[in-house]
Amino acid sequence: MVRKTKATRKKPIFEQVDWDFDTLHRAFDAIEEIARDDLELDYYPNQIEIISSEQMLDAYSSIGMPLMYHHWSFGKHFLGHERLYRKGARGLAYEIVINSNPCISYCLEENTMPLQALVMAHAAFGHNHFFKNNHLFQQWTDADGILDYLDYARKFIARCEERHGVGEVEAVLDAAHALMNYGVFRHRRPRQMSVKEADAQRRERLEALEQSAYYLANTMPTPAGASPDETELSLRKQEMQLPEENLLYFLEKYSLILKPWQRETLAIVRTISQYFYPQKQTKVMNEGCACFVHYHIVNKLYEDGKMTDGAMLEILHSHTNVVAQSDFDDPRYSGINPYALGFAMMEDIKRICIDPDEEDREWFPYIAGKEDWRGVLKDAWANFRDESFIQQYLSPKVMRRFHMFALADEVKERHHTVTGIHDELGYRHVRDVLARNHDYATLEPDIQVVDADLLGDRCLHLKAVRCNGIGLDKSSREATLTHVEKLWGYKVDLQEVDALN
Amino acid sequence: MTYFVDRRLNPKDKSLSNRRRFLKRVRSQIKKAVEEAVRDRGIADVDRSKKVSVPTEGVSEPSFRNGRETGRHERVYTGNKSFQTGDRISKPPSGSGGGGGKEGANEGEGEDEFYFALSREELLDYFFDDLELPDLVKETLAEISKTKPSRAGYSVLGSPANLSVSRTMRNAYGRRIGLKRPKKAEQEQLETEIEELEALETSGKKEKDRLLFLREEHQKVVRRRRSIAYIDPLDVRYNYFVQEPEPNANAVMFCLMDVSASMGEREKDLAKRFFMLLHLFLKRRYDRTDIVFIRHTHDASEVDEETFFYSRQTGGTVVSTALVKMKEIIAERYSPADWNIYAAQASDGENWSGDSDICATLLSEDLMRMCQYFAYVEIIGEDETLIMNSEASGMELWEAYRRVSEQWPNFAQKRVSKPGDIYPVFRELFARDKVGTNHG
Repeated sequence: MVRKTKATRKKPIFEQVDWDFDTLHRAFDAIEEIARDDLELDYYPNQIEIISSEQMLDAYSSIGMPLMYHHWSFGKHFLGHERLYRKGARGLAYEIVINSNPCISYCLEENTMPLQALVMAHAAFGHNHFFKNNHLFQQWTDADGILDYLDYARKFIARCEERHGVGEVEAVLDAAHALMNYGVFRHRRPRQMSVKEADAQRRERLEALEQSAYYLANTMPTPAGASPDETELSLRKQEMQLPEENLLYFLEKYSLILKPWQRETLAIVRTISQYFYPQKQTKVMNEGCACFVHYHIVNKLYEDGKMTDGAMLEILHSHTNVVAQSDFDDPRYSGINPYALGFAMMEDIKRICIDPDEEDREWFPYIAGKEDWRGVLKDAWANFRDESFIQQYLSPKVMRRFHMFALADEVKERHHTVTGIHDELGYRHVRDVLARNHDYATLEPDIQVVDADLLGDRCLHLKAVRCNGIGLDKSSREATLTHVEKLWGYKVDLQEVDALN
Repeated sequence: MTYFVDRRLNPKDKSLSNRRRFLKRVRSQIKKAVEEAVRDRGIADVDRSKKVSVPTEGVSEPSFRNGRETGRHERVYTGNKSFQTGDRISKPPSGSGGGGGKEGANEGEGEDEFYFALSREELLDYFFDDLELPDLVKETLAEISKTKPSRAGYSVLGSPANLSVSRTMRNAYGRRIGLKRPKKAEQEQLETEIEELEALETSGKKEKDRLLFLREEHQKVVRRRRSIAYIDPLDVRYNYFVQEPEPNANAVMFCLMDVSASMGEREKDLAKRFFMLLHLFLKRRYDRTDIVFIRHTHDASEVDEETFFYSRQTGGTVVSTALVKMKEIIAERYSPADWNIYAAQASDGENWSGDSDICATLLSEDLMRMCQYFAYVEIIGEDETLIMNSEASGMELWEAYRRVSEQWPNFAQKRVSKPGDIYPVFRELFARDKVGTNHG
């Protein structure tokens, strides 16, 4: 009843289902007020763009970026998405948000007004705050420069196509895309330059390379019989900074057959890959943060009487769809839904702060009962990635709610083994496994360049470290190696070794 | 600050170029699909969009991935119902897809085929590509039918050129009657009466009163006439036109084919393309196109499309029977006064000796008079092209038809051994059409 009288006092921001730009503005302002004054979020300026479903499909297929060079694989994804969409098998995302400054959110024109409000709260504040504050994004991505860079990349590739033919460029891009996941520096921070500096350097480098004869041409063949001894070998490795996990970088730098424009193309693919590296590692947190923020904001709007019952119901309907988690034996099951897990964990952290019980005090003594849940959450959003976040904050309560259990599959054996469930004995194990499942490093094979004798047989030696005895997928291994050979120009040798532990 | 940007009006099809590149990459598969469409589809619906599946090999994007054949995988799942730590669950027998398909599906693998839909334009493009059509013809064929304005009542808005005078005047007349606008004659009558009274030398009181009354009356009439317009903007009506597909006359297309055993799969496939091309052309020009299939061996019969292309018959070859049949059908159902008649004949050139002259006579004296166009293709083997490279020499039927074509400009004949040879048969048809549309 109290709410009712309150609601009659304040006028809702919108009552209609259809949106227009005026209403969007009003809704945005109301949402921003809560994001700024209540949640005290810290975000990039927003730019909200309304696009049609066709354009949404376009954006989908070029990995969500507004500017992208042309490549057939994007066309393939477009056709695939389009077919599913037209068939009605899949809806479109309500929004796509880009980690840039200003932060660009694409909203679908078909969204109703309540959905637009939801989407703005979700993307323009939730994701936006996360992009700006998470340490991975701060460290690895350059929100100010990305659009400029993409623009440069597109023009560069287009120019290459004019000069060298579409087929040539496509072949290089194909090979580079195959190694895209290995175009990332995982441990050392790449040197940052402003776009201008980088541009100048790039030009300089290209010119120098075009002018100078390659040093190999001047090298005398090594006298027969003289094999490089140990020190020489280690010196060589040191010079090339081996082992090197960034294959694309290595190829760009040391491949003997690439022309300058091909090297630059590799650099482009590598840079884009690096840009997406943090996103891959923070799916659960990123979506959890955004869902938490939109849920908080729309509830607040509703409490303040700025949202009608109908709008709230529609929003809740979408919200529950997004954060639904189906059981493992459900035909719809496709792994753990990052939205569901993220949202549940964020809400749980808030609960632990405000209303902890005995268990929480035991598991999370450092946050249980801390009044300032906003601070705790923001600290988590800033300083973790999925793996460490789960390790740190996944509570028994959430595990019980999802009825989690860990299942081991030893390929040689004829049965799966349940290694832990949501009970006193299993909490820690399940949490460990779930954290590892979200560790990007274990999801992808660990492959490094270990040696390349540029003056000898020029064979490129790669090493894949088998973790838990998991080898490389055979069919894709061969196909990918062909691409590496294309870029390297000489023999490529890939050894699989078991990890030491 | 926050900006809202409306991007909906930005050019669409940003990824069109990506799409083209992809199609180019899977060109051979698409060609196969189009060929399939040509084979499986009826002549009348070649130009529907088509679902194409491409084996993933050609378009896969490989990368290093963890395999599933070795090692120890451990994952967390949700929704435990009855499992306890240490429980063992036996694996489903290998090859059945494993655990409800969840594991394969996780990685997005396990799809052997990539599906997508080819639009009508793209499909036609590939179809024409085979036929080596000139671009201009491609454009005219792919274009959907032209429109022509047709009357659709009246509207209150329009350009002066479309003003409907009669409707406007009728409205004005009705309004004038409704508002009781005095007529010109009334005013004139008052004026003459006033003049008459003024002209009187002597006027009594009665006349003066009458004059005052008349003057007043006259003024009223003038005022009323001025305030109620003769034609008001309200009355104006314009003829209203809507763009409708150009109502063309009907056309009927006769497909004549020799189905004797000497016509194999390849020959029939070529013939089908030949018929399809003519049909596409007719479909563009005419509202309604009927297709009549006449097959013949030593005896001709009208059949449906299915039978026409796929069933076999044994027997000799008497071409004139098909022409006689065609003549009969025209007489029965397609009077040349109402129908544009096109005919396409495909054969391997063999004929009962002595029959070819009968054919030529039938054509010259009867059929060509009724037909807009008659195209004949002789389908020969690829190796035969080397021998029969001269137009002048050929088998009996060819020779006989040559005489017809000399006499009738709308008769075309050609030897065809591959799809690219088909178009030249129609060249004249399309050329003529171009002139025709220019005039129209």
